Amino acid sequence: MTQKYELVVVGGGPAGMAAALRARDCGVKSIVILERAETLGGILEQCIHTGFGLHYFNEELSGPEYAARFSLLVEQSDIEIKTDTMVINISNENIVTAVNKTDGLIDISAKAIILAMGCREKPRGALNIAGTRAAGIMTAGTAQKYVNINGYLPGKKVVILGSGDIGLIMARRMTLEGAEVKMVCELMPYSSGLTRNIVQCLEDYNIPLKLSTTVIEIHGKERVEGVTIAKVDRNRRPIKGTEEYVECDTLLLSVGLIPENELSNAMGIALDPITGGPVVRENRETTQSGVFACGNVLHVHDLVDFVTVESQTAGEGAARYILGQFEEDAYITTKGMDGVRYVVPQRINLNCNRDVKLFFRVGQAYKNAVIYVENNDEVILSRRRPKLAPGEMEDVVIKNEVLKELPVNGELVIRVEVQT
Amino acid sequence: MKREMICVACPVGCGISIELSDKGAVLTVAGNQCKRGENYAITECTAPTRTLTTTAKVKDGRNPLVPVRSGKPIPKGLLLDCVKIINSVEVTAPVEIGDVIIENILNTGVDIIATNICCHI
Repeated sequence: MTQKYELVVVGGGPAGMAAALRARDCGVKSIVILERAETLGGILEQCIHTGFGLHYFNEELSGPEYAARFSLLVEQSDIEIKTDTMVINISNENIVTAVNKTDGLIDISAKAIILAMGCREKPRGALNIAGTRAAGIMTAGTAQKYVNINGYLPGKKVVILGSGDIGLIMARRMTLEGAEVKMVCELMPYSSGLTRNIVQCLEDYNIPLKLSTTVIEIHGKERVEGVTIAKVDRNRRPIKGTEEYVECDTLLLSVGLIPENELSNAMGIALDPITGGPVVRENRETTQSGVFACGNVLHVHDLVDFVTVESQTAGEGAARYILGQFEEDAYITTKGMDGVRYVVPQRINLNCNRDVKLFFRVGQAYKNAVIYVENNDEVILSRRRPKLAPGEMEDVVIKNEVLKELPVNGELVIRVEVQT
Repeated sequence: MKREMICVACPVGCGISIELSDKGAVLTVAGNQCKRGENYAITECTAPTRTLTTTAKVKDGRNPLVPVRSGKPIPKGLLLDCVKIINSVEVTAPVEIGDVIIENILNTGVDIIATNICCHI
């Protein structure tokens, strides 16, 4: 039998919870959240460090505390929650097929769907590192789960490849638990992690960060015994003669996150090749009518605070769709150029009647840069930025009155210029 | 004497320049965008502190551990000693967010508190 809801939210992490709560506040009556894990909260449950909530709550919380602020509201509301439930398909008629131990296989029909599945880490297979398949090679997030949830220390002498935030956080975490973290190697000449994490996770514990360095071989038969690292040139190729053997029993990978879009892809939703997430308009509706996306499934965010705000936008968008509050179509597309890798949202309805925040990332580090937003070579607005880094998401707000003046079917370009 | 640092009070990460007297007293703080940055710079030059986050063992809980943190930042030099003390205790489920796990750790005047619930099995 098909169950019926106005709104189905796929994923009960910070994105799914914020979207569901906002949709409910906007008047949506029947909402169900489908969550794969046994509790709400998503990845925040294992992110026990602090730094969450500084923007949204104006106080510094740990991951579980941030998640609890929302899960308590969800649990007190009439929003239904199905945990231990895995969505296996979404049809083009918006039928969500899911499976769990109590209901078995269930079909849920929805007026609107919000995709909030988050992202996952790039595994070793994505890197092509030579060597054996010894035990002791895992992503930083896997190690985080072992240490913070299960209570295992996955190794005693650790090398971390990639300076993403999870890798930096785990360098500190494993040090506190008695492991020796020998170094963090980063392929690029800059770190992709937040500066504060380099200071308080590496410098505080004298852990070296080796830039323009990568792991070229993993040694050990049953268990990792060491790795060979090497400096890389400007084209990221290892430089002969710079090889160095480092003894270790564990290699953690923190080399990037990929939005988890198997469901979106299977239902034919257009994905942005750069973000890896769906192409959306300003209310976070995908190219499939009535299907919205928010959080790390859409594009990888630096801070959960930004995920919350974006997911509220998606929740409101889904509510307006369910309640039949539509705007007349009049779109403009957005595009990143000259150093701007991507822009989200990719489309804006000029009749949306609100200020629209555009999120973007640059492809390299800049100092004394100016961000220009242009339409037909005419500068709409410019913003000075003393520094820009690929690891830190940027945003600009386009005012509603400015949007209303833009031509339908036009293009809004964001680009970076260095001031000389 | 001049000192350059990056503020870790929040994820913005302002670059701060501090001028210190010969005796190590803070004379000027520049580059920060908020009051928290000024406070951070002064503490960092005189007596650096950090918020500690780790886990504590739980008996009869649905999970074997509960995440904890220091209620306030504690002196940087005491972080590893605090972890050793926290690893030596075991609390009994159920645990609620905000429960005090260890009072006044190492006489710092700071309590170690739980940051998640842990249900009884």
